[in-house]
Amino acid sequence: MGLAKRVIPCLDVDNGRVVKGVKFVDIRDAGDPVEIARRYDREGADELTFLDITATHDNRETIVHVVEQVASEVFIPLTVGGGIRTLDDIRRMLNAGADKVGINSAAVFNPDFVRQAAQRFGSQCIVVAIDAKKVSAPNEANRWEIFTHGGRKGTGIDAVEWAQKMVDYGAGEILLTSMDRDGTREGFDLILTRAISEAVSVPVIASGGVGNLEHLAEGILEGKADAVLAASIFHFAEHSVLEAKQHMASRGIEVRL
Amino acid sequence: MSSVAVIDYGMGNLHSIAKALQHADSQIDISITNNHQTILDADRIVFPGVGAIGDCIHALQENGLIEIIKTVAGDKPFLGICLGMQALLTDSEESSADADQNCEIKTQGLNLISGHVVHFPEHLKDRDGNTLKVPHMGWNQVHFNAHPLWENISQASRFYFVHSYFTVPDDKSVISATADYPQAFACALARENIFAVQFHPEKSQTAGLQLLCNFLHWDGRV
Repeated sequence: MGLAKRVIPCLDVDNGRVVKGVKFVDIRDAGDPVEIARRYDREGADELTFLDITATHDNRETIVHVVEQVASEVFIPLTVGGGIRTLDDIRRMLNAGADKVGINSAAVFNPDFVRQAAQRFGSQCIVVAIDAKKVSAPNEANRWEIFTHGGRKGTGIDAVEWAQKMVDYGAGEILLTSMDRDGTREGFDLILTRAISEAVSVPVIASGGVGNLEHLAEGILEGKADAVLAASIFHFAEHSVLEAKQHMASRGIEVRL
Repeated sequence: MSSVAVIDYGMGNLHSIAKALQHADSQIDISITNNHQTILDADRIVFPGVGAIGDCIHALQENGLIEIIKTVAGDKPFLGICLGMQALLTDSEESSADADQNCEIKTQGLNLISGHVVHFPEHLKDRDGNTLKVPHMGWNQVHFNAHPLWENISQASRFYFVHSYFTVPDDKSVISATADYPQAFACALARENIFAVQFHPEKSQTAGLQLLCNFLHWDGRV
């Protein structure tokens, strides 16, 4: 036995409340982030990811308070993403108790930001979040591109090459979200996940599309991901994190139980 | 009230460690500090660290902390965590940031424990032929020998790791625990009053808090 594959519940936080949108619309309120974080910790979550989707700058302090509260009572790794644009943003999140930050759009607009962040704070706390969408036609070789702005704007950047570049720049981990699958509950884009996971030396977290527990197992077994991230299947108490891990264990995956 | 100094030299998030120590024992007086006298006066020392070892040693030098650490590591219960473990060894093959690219030089450590810090080999595979990623990141099982810091912790408990380098002490008898990736590597070292771990007890939930609690009640004797 060795390193366990990780299950990471993701909490989308808007103005201090956990929400989950389907394809970024139809946002449903799922509750208090501190309370939910506590529950996931009890159920055996390996890490927690907070994605701050608060739109207005004025309300962005709320995520700092959420992280502070969670970090004072939940002793597992915490990642915060959403709106991380400057070294100061990173410092603020780490001081609040985050262990890692997710950098998404800021990396696309200024790749050197990732290099600076890794040099300053260490690769271990720099997660580069990649939102990828399939752009190849069904009869063509698979090709995925990086999209920004919640999946609305294409960049023309090839997702596999981008992932490799981000690792060269110092990313310690890649959080890969399929924009085709996010919110659909149809399962991860396994071909995309495997393509990225096999292309980079660092751990890859699969995200986007989980609708049942078998999807989590597929992400590891077929997608070759090192960790799986999901939001809605955990939020509405459809499944506990423990159930997810028990299912993965039954499929021969090593997990922390 | 017994006191613990968490050595602050600008490397990493010390609030997590302080919060976990406080949670492990609310009666403890915790200082996050680079003040020499505070460190010298504390009952126990926690020496954390994340990032690159070259920066770590440089920051210790800039803060005048090398000799202070060597002094307190001589008699006080002392806990090195992650980079704070690696820095105790003689040297690391992780080169310094300012090292000449064509002439990679090792980074000199504090040499409190004789040995080296080395990188995981390239192209690691597990027993099923799957590639093992570096950094070694996540929850791995820890196999330990008897020591007061493992009290009330189950054998093969999982702790949270994130690192690309690991320690290889010259004297194998200082190895207090190992983890497999896929080969066994030293993930805890113990010698007299010094204890050092590669994983993050402050992020290892129940088992991690128990280890911190054990440290806060340890008199430094084995």
